[in-house]
Amino acid sequence: MVRDVAFGQFFPGKSLIHRLDPRAKLIMLVAFLVIIFCTFTYPSLLIVILFTVMFILLSGVPAKFYFKSLKVIIFIVIITSVLNMFYGTGTPLFEWGILKITLDGINRAIFVSIRIVCLILASSCLTFTTSPTDLTDAIERLMKPLGKIHFPVHEIAMMMSLALRFVPTLLEETDKITQAQKARGADMESGNIFHRVKAFIPILVPLFVSAFRRAYDLATAMECRCYRGGFGRTRMKVIHMSKRDVLSFAAMGLVICGVIICNILLPAVL
Amino acid sequence: MSNILELENINYVYGVGTPFEKRAVDNVSVSIKKGEFVGIMGHTGSGKSTLVQMLNGLIKPTSGRVLFDGADIWENPKEIRKIRFKVGMVFQYPEYQLFEETVYKDIAFGAINMGKSSDELDRAVRKAAEFSGLKPELLTKSPFDLSGGEKRRAAIAGVIAMDPDVLVLDEPTAGLDPMGRDVLLSQIVQYHNKRKNTVLLVSHSMEDIARVADRIIVMNKSRLVMYDETKKIFSRGSELEKIGLRVPQITKIMLTLKERGYDISDGILTVDDALAEISSLLKKEGKIW
Repeated sequence: MVRDVAFGQFFPGKSLIHRLDPRAKLIMLVAFLVIIFCTFTYPSLLIVILFTVMFILLSGVPAKFYFKSLKVIIFIVIITSVLNMFYGTGTPLFEWGILKITLDGINRAIFVSIRIVCLILASSCLTFTTSPTDLTDAIERLMKPLGKIHFPVHEIAMMMSLALRFVPTLLEETDKITQAQKARGADMESGNIFHRVKAFIPILVPLFVSAFRRAYDLATAMECRCYRGGFGRTRMKVIHMSKRDVLSFAAMGLVICGVIICNILLPAVL
Repeated sequence: MSNILELENINYVYGVGTPFEKRAVDNVSVSIKKGEFVGIMGHTGSGKSTLVQMLNGLIKPTSGRVLFDGADIWENPKEIRKIRFKVGMVFQYPEYQLFEETVYKDIAFGAINMGKSSDELDRAVRKAAEFSGLKPELLTKSPFDLSGGEKRRAAIAGVIAMDPDVLVLDEPTAGLDPMGRDVLLSQIVQYHNKRKNTVLLVSHSMEDIARVADRIIVMNKSRLVMYDETKKIFSRGSELEKIGLRVPQITKIMLTLKERGYDISDGILTVDDALAEISSLLKKEGKIW
């Protein structure tokens, strides 16, 4: 079923990572993603791996969900690392006709695959531990300065949170409609590609109809409660930074420094 | 009469291996005789919708067997579609499954999937429309131009057009006005009487089920707690109330009278029956002549 995808799901909990300010988490994620791609030595790569393992453990979300989120990208990891292996420079270790494997190529493959894995794990950690509403709230707050140049920050944040809010609803609806059409003998598992694409029409049409119906209903409901955009709007839950956010920024700072120092002091492998 | 559907120790667990794991159906065994009208009642979340989705192989039981006409429907998973034509299933709010350009085409969808010839198809569609009380002139319209009640009928007709041996209806009257409910319900009864097939009706309206069902399955907290003739079920009013189900008003009055010591038979389901019962009682006691 469509619901089996772990990537992007939220697991409610009370761990340290759950309680961090969503803005802090978002900023740290961006910083971490940048630093992942600035690792050029094995010690710095090790720091990144250790940090990843640390926040996975701290998040309190069972490790198997992290593995599940990796399952989606495992092919990308394999393909890119294999390709990188053959693109290295230097003296070849093995040679097969035009295919050459060099030490440089192996290093590249290792770095690329570990970087992608850490990237997915870090992003998964954010979505696993932050509810979609908190996340869009954080994005809205972080983008607030852009409002000065008449960028519609609130509107975009609202659209994002509505879209996220309706993902599970529409998934559930898809399931229901699929079941109903299967009950009328719709065959979605066999036949060639054209046949299969055609088989989705009985699901897509009702799904679109109901998405529009929901949109109209929601718009009416919002207007009934006098929604008129973000100006002067206060919020029910005000997020604020606390001591633990400062501490985690410090930890992230240490990681960044560690990676940079390793890069400066040690010879780069790549 | 022989059993058309048999469930043997059926279990169903949602989301196995996730934090959201939930047992929806817990060890249910039941057999349904050919030609019966069976009501299934239970609270929201009692597992009745999950149970009926296993009858035509839409979901596969976690353990246990589903037998149709004595044969395990999962024996050959590739043939599961054939079961879906034999056990027709009308979902809750079925109007949301309509998708074709015309009502006619939409009703024909299931029958076409069965591979009916065009002659047969036309007859099946028109007959199904008639059974579900859809006016012939609506067949050429777009399903999205119909009223709510008409859409519901069109969707039900789409399942009837497959001419299933068993028709399962999940809350077919939900969201209809009282008049619409009555008409739709009596149409289903008429269809059942004419076609002489087996009908399963899921509902939490006691009044609806009391009126039409021969037998009733009562589900509570994923388990089957009662399965008996309608009158016998409703004579157990206090048990039903304990699991949060209401017996029809008139049944409740008659049960209360009985508790107070009046000689009244069990399981009075309609006002007419109650009237007959009370007047015969009064006659016996010489209060009226």
